[in-house]
Amino acid sequence: MTRDLAVIGAGPAGLAAAVTAAATGLRVVLVDAGARPGGQYFRHPPDTLAGPRGAARHGWAEFARLRDELAGHVAAGRITHLAGHAVWHVEAHSEEADARFTLHLGGTGSVAVSSGAVREVRARALVIAAGAHDRPLPFPGWDLPGVLTAGGAQALLKGSLVVAGRRVVVAGTGPFLLPVAAGLASAGARVEGVFEANRPGRFARHGARVLRNAGKLAEGAGYAAVLLRHRVPYRVGHAIVAAHGDDAVESVTVARLDRDWTPVRGGERVIECDAVAVGYGFTPQLEIPVELGCATRVDADGSLVVVVDAAQRTSVPGVYAAGETTGVGGAPLALTEGRLAGQAVAAALGAPPARPSRRLLARRARLRAFAATLHDAYAVRPGWAGWLRPDTLVCRCEEVPYGRLDEAVRELGAIDPRAAKLISRAGMGWCQGRICGYPTACLTARIRKRAPDVADLTGLARRPLAQPVRLGDLAEDPAAGGAEDADGADPGGGGPC
Amino acid sequence: MVRGCARRRQCDILLRVPTRDLLVVGAGVVGAACAYYAAKAGLTVTVVDRGAVAGGTTGAGEGNLLVSDKEPGAELDLALLSARLWRDLAAEHGDEVEYEAKGGLVVAATAPGMAGLERLAAHQRAAGVRAEVVAATDLRDLEPHLAPGLAGGMFYPQDAQVQPMLAAAHLLRAARDRHGARLWTGVTVTGVTRAGDRVTGVRTDRGDIAAGAVVNAAGTWGGEIAALAGVRVPVLPRRGFILVTEPLPPMIRHKVYAAEYVGDVASDSAGLETSPVVEGTKAGTVLIGASRERVGFDRTLSTVVLRRLAAQAIALFPVLADVAAIRTYCGFRPYCPDHLPVIGPDPRAPGLLHACGHEGAGIGLAAATGHLLAQVLTGADPALDLSPFRPDRFAEVPS
Repeated sequence: MTRDLAVIGAGPAGLAAAVTAAATGLRVVLVDAGARPGGQYFRHPPDTLAGPRGAARHGWAEFARLRDELAGHVAAGRITHLAGHAVWHVEAHSEEADARFTLHLGGTGSVAVSSGAVREVRARALVIAAGAHDRPLPFPGWDLPGVLTAGGAQALLKGSLVVAGRRVVVAGTGPFLLPVAAGLASAGARVEGVFEANRPGRFARHGARVLRNAGKLAEGAGYAAVLLRHRVPYRVGHAIVAAHGDDAVESVTVARLDRDWTPVRGGERVIECDAVAVGYGFTPQLEIPVELGCATRVDADGSLVVVVDAAQRTSVPGVYAAGETTGVGGAPLALTEGRLAGQAVAAALGAPPARPSRRLLARRARLRAFAATLHDAYAVRPGWAGWLRPDTLVCRCEEVPYGRLDEAVRELGAIDPRAAKLISRAGMGWCQGRICGYPTACLTARIRKRAPDVADLTGLARRPLAQPVRLGDLAEDPAAGGAEDADGADPGGGGPC
Repeated sequence: MVRGCARRRQCDILLRVPTRDLLVVGAGVVGAACAYYAAKAGLTVTVVDRGAVAGGTTGAGEGNLLVSDKEPGAELDLALLSARLWRDLAAEHGDEVEYEAKGGLVVAATAPGMAGLERLAAHQRAAGVRAEVVAATDLRDLEPHLAPGLAGGMFYPQDAQVQPMLAAAHLLRAARDRHGARLWTGVTVTGVTRAGDRVTGVRTDRGDIAAGAVVNAAGTWGGEIAALAGVRVPVLPRRGFILVTEPLPPMIRHKVYAAEYVGDVASDSAGLETSPVVEGTKAGTVLIGASRERVGFDRTLSTVVLRRLAAQAIALFPVLADVAAIRTYCGFRPYCPDHLPVIGPDPRAPGLLHACGHEGAGIGLAAATGHLLAQVLTGADPALDLSPFRPDRFAEVPS
């Protein structure tokens, strides 16, 4: 299959890019691992036309419009929506090739792609809108069952209408904690507290105003009211510094923090709970742009992000990026960037632009400035490293304790995060560093007494296989039209003598 | 001994370095073994690397210590010596380096292939290799998940495995902690210092380091270090990809490969060659190789290679079809035109020794390489004749 444009990711940015480009007459393929469009932000259960209830419902009207537009373009044959497909590699051909990019697709993980599934897509241009995933920080006990990421708790609620626990503590930093807590409270959980590690400056004069402003600023909805109605305590300058329990989390230690997030002596207390949701921001998914060689930078929130110009173009010709890929900024910014990317692709490929983009450019500038303010207010401060003990796991998949990472860097010559990964095995497990990459890079740099730079973060973000792919799917060459001749089964002819 | 350093403050660490007996360039597994054996023999040793420990080809290796894939000759002798030395190292550092005496199983699909395996094994046995014929009916006792219908196999109990990054790191640590060696990572060698013809040390971006002898253990980049000393050592990159599966319960017990692998290892082709090599690791992942192609230092993922590796691995172990690959990486084997490493003093540049060009066998051959160089440096008779590995041999034959 060959299309004008391939869009990776069907969240707000990808949906907006796809429908904008399709509206100009381009033929678009939209590839997404999810069963339904919407991404993490508009995650919803199957057969929900009305959308989720309560606080999680925010933005639904806009999403519903996009979804209807998508359906219209799909019906008209302008957009091919490949749901349930994971892109494991994007191949860039020479610039002379008309369709410069080949997307290699598989199922998700070890699940086979169905027999009719598309395995390969070619496109003239590429929009990467792969979104972001949770960024937890390690602390003693974070590997206990019941300790979830904030996004994980949210996904359970939005995707399956499952409440993470009966008594939940929400902690971390950033405005995203509020919708998570509000969602849990509305769904019937008792939220024992929301602990914001930062003291977010001018947003944070006093409790109710923090809630009102942060909530309004972040999502434009009434999370604050929900939390107040459910009498959920909200504390700034506090964090969960340890979780306790035998087989599952039973309680957490919450500590008061100084400005650098070092716990203040005597400022600790224990809160009983059966679930914990923690989130310290988000990590954009950069496998594909990194492998394509797109220029990256360290954003104000400490994340590695793709550099784009005013038209959402990356440094690689034909490759555009939108949404969290270019810097975490939330759904409204992602929608705006997606529309701009769709327009830019249309202009580059010779289609008439859908509408003047001056309004979008102004909106993007305003939202980016706002995101920068939030990143500044909700930055991750270095004191969190002091929460760790030598036996605290940094990498949960491979069960690598902080002490082993420290030994690799101090004693075994692993002077950069990539070497620290290879020697300590942090980031070598199932998640391939998607979860532990950021803390591993930060800790390695910290032990080396420097701040993490682009090379440090890239060392744990480079994943040539962008997604897990079933070997059976990999072995089947779509170009050959079936399973490759298994010459491995006939080694006899090539014997050594 | 630090001269010509413009950035005084940066040089401070090196100002404190007294003249060393030996300066090793490269903190991969070969450099680590050279440092380990030399320091153990009483020499004062400094190791420098422009990157981190095991940051080059060592970090992309599978950690094979193989005798099975080598035809009789100088390299097999080196491998057999190395296998013994690795066993000694394992007695002390076995857990740290994840040494596993797992054994290698070479399988043949057809009767002629099996006959070829038996001929090779006969020659290898004469050189001291242990090789046991495995009848077709017994293959699944050794590897329960092997595909049906194979003609037979050969089991090599001397084949073993280490975790290569840990091997390099712990050899260096032992050299440092027990024998006083020093390690400077993030230091780039930019030249050599000389007194007349003689190499007296290296020039680095952090200052000069004087040494009685310099060992070039720069692996695939060994040719560049040699060039800094004005001598030619033709080491070329030969790219290989490895696929890594999700962690699995123990499933593949040995290193298993198809008979054609030996032919590919010894081949001179620049084009793509792949043959199935499959093995489990202590971490539960299964490593799938092996590919060989000469494409310079190009790291671009090759879907052609990955598809072939997957197909060939499934042909050997059908159960792998439903397993997810979670990672792939490539590395650049240091390849010399005659497939032999370069080991020993360079008569063209007195004071310079080489320990590079081990192609895909550097982990396995590291121990013997370090051991032999330490013997040369301390004036002992080397345990093996080094002439097949001499650095100036390439001038004699057009490559």
